[in-house]
Amino acid sequence: MKCIITGGNVKVLGRAVHSLSRIGDELYLEPTESGLSLRAVNSSRSAFASFLFAPLFFQLYETGGAQPDRELLRCKVLMKSFLGVFRSLPSLEKTVGRCLILLKPRASRLVVQLHCKYGVTKTHNLTFQECERLQAIFDTQCCASSLCAPARVLAEAVVHFPQTLAEVTLEAGPGGKISLRNYVEDEAEPSKTMVTELWLAEDEFQAVAVVPGSRITFCLKEFRGLLTFAEASNLPLTIHYDTPGRPVIFTLDDAVLEVHLVLATLSDPESDLQPPAANGVSHLPGPSDDFGDDLESYMIAMETSAYEGGSGVPPSPTFPLRTPGPAKSDPEEEEEEEEGAVPGTPPHKKFRSLFFGSVLTPGGPSLAPTQEVLAEDSDGEY
Amino acid sequence: MPFSTQPSASGEQYVLTASLDNARHLSSLLRAVHFQDHATCFATANGIRVTVEDAKCIQANAFIQAEIFQEFSVQEESVTFRINLSVLLDCLTIFGTSSLPGTSTALRMCYRGYGYPLMLFLEEGGVVTVCKINTQEPDELLDFDFCSTKVVNKIILQSEGLREAFAELDMTSEVLQITMSPDKPYFRLSTFGNAGSAHLDYPRDSDLMEAFHCNQTQTNRYKISLLKPSTKALALSCKVSIRTDAQGFLSLQYMIRNEDGQICFVEYYCCPDEDITEAEL
Repeated sequence: MKCIITGGNVKVLGRAVHSLSRIGDELYLEPTESGLSLRAVNSSRSAFASFLFAPLFFQLYETGGAQPDRELLRCKVLMKSFLGVFRSLPSLEKTVGRCLILLKPRASRLVVQLHCKYGVTKTHNLTFQECERLQAIFDTQCCASSLCAPARVLAEAVVHFPQTLAEVTLEAGPGGKISLRNYVEDEAEPSKTMVTELWLAEDEFQAVAVVPGSRITFCLKEFRGLLTFAEASNLPLTIHYDTPGRPVIFTLDDAVLEVHLVLATLSDPESDLQPPAANGVSHLPGPSDDFGDDLESYMIAMETSAYEGGSGVPPSPTFPLRTPGPAKSDPEEEEEEEEGAVPGTPPHKKFRSLFFGSVLTPGGPSLAPTQEVLAEDSDGEY
Repeated sequence: MPFSTQPSASGEQYVLTASLDNARHLSSLLRAVHFQDHATCFATANGIRVTVEDAKCIQANAFIQAEIFQEFSVQEESVTFRINLSVLLDCLTIFGTSSLPGTSTALRMCYRGYGYPLMLFLEEGGVVTVCKINTQEPDELLDFDFCSTKVVNKIILQSEGLREAFAELDMTSEVLQITMSPDKPYFRLSTFGNAGSAHLDYPRDSDLMEAFHCNQTQTNRYKISLLKPSTKALALSCKVSIRTDAQGFLSLQYMIRNEDGQICFVEYYCCPDEDITEAEL
């Protein structure tokens, strides 16, 4: 893979890396025919982001797939080291004229070369690991609600929340108004908590198609990262969401750039009691001829069967499960359930994982796409 | 003058007296060599040299020439004492480090001689602070025996070009490798960290390059932890001279221009890391 980025696009790439660094510790690079894809997922697999830079974004873009039958190399690098290359955004704009990214499989190095002012050249030879495709399973078409607003509007709304705030609740109120409120945990003492809520009028948005009364709660940190990028790129941001517990998808679209951020949302104990089958099935993607997509739908089908056969909550590889009680259980009982969860798991806050499929390369050893494949980070020692 | 209200310190009593109408000229230079708590001060009629060392491998010298001071006198041929640099800096900035336009801390510095404390009289806005800092037995200093006649390669760069490079150094690398060569890559800084290697190349015809006198290709490694403190001097400086001698000893000279346009120098000497084998190159 070889690509050259020039001028202001270097900064766009830099900002994308900064945004991705809010998500995970590793950056997945995948050269594809439709462009260079940069992806990241967080450690609890509840947040996923992908930036797809179209070939037109680059001055030169070669995937390096000389033999058409050969699978293109995918790799992941340490986020910290890749971010190091693009650390200072102002100086990137001021000094860097050209950026060359070269994937050298033989030398096992990802080379990032910055050609700067005064003829100075910075060459970073980064170590990488070959990896499977990182793919989150989501479909914006199946989301019941969607919103589109200039990034600035959302950024100005979010700025009112403290930096330490973890989650925010978005709610579609009456009259097409949208509210943003800091999420307060059930056990928090009402006398000691401050609630910040703000309402955005419908005309602030470019498009509003929401289910009245719908409400989702998601993490703010990753969203802020994307907003910074969107605001700087002056792009409108679209939010797709469905019922609580289903992922929320943020998208940015540009002629040369496609951005997706998928975040887990907090599941609502009340909605858990509803029959989930319809929900699961409705999210099956349509038939496709692509092998990868087949696997995806297979994985979804797996999840779906778990949905139907099980308790109504899909199995989560990371989070301890909340089994919905026969009726609303009293708070003490719920606490006991949580204590019975796997020790050492992060506080679950009722987030559901997003079920990422690590899709195997076609033609590779055909391992069954089991949940074990999801834990591909475990072989990350080198 | 603000110091006229002080109990008159008769010149004969002190072996060293110096006064400065803006203490920041001194404190900023001292900060450029402040990577260890203790410093050795060596004063002659030409000025004061403040030396800080670490690990017997690195030495930093700040030269504050007599002309910087409004008044400067040394009664003996030379005056040497060791002092806690952190305390000295705290005292010099006792009225705060922020520099509001139009306000400056005036300083008068007196030293009676061996065994006596260093006295600082600081005044700002009519408020006077008197500090007495105990002096210590001076250390024996390293002699790098780095003389300009033995210099093999020498490059003078505008500091701007190095500032970003040093700020972005991969600190997971144990060493900073400096290559100076009459041929390509001319001047190269390399690090070898956990995530791979990084090279920074400066062509000899770069506008950043003020002078380029390289006679032979030299590649030397220096402990990055030892060089990192020199970033403080780099940040203040406008130009830096990078020199190496035949054994690979490194001299970094920083030219620092203060607010009044006066020029001072801060110098770092560093020992090379152990010899590198051909295979590692």
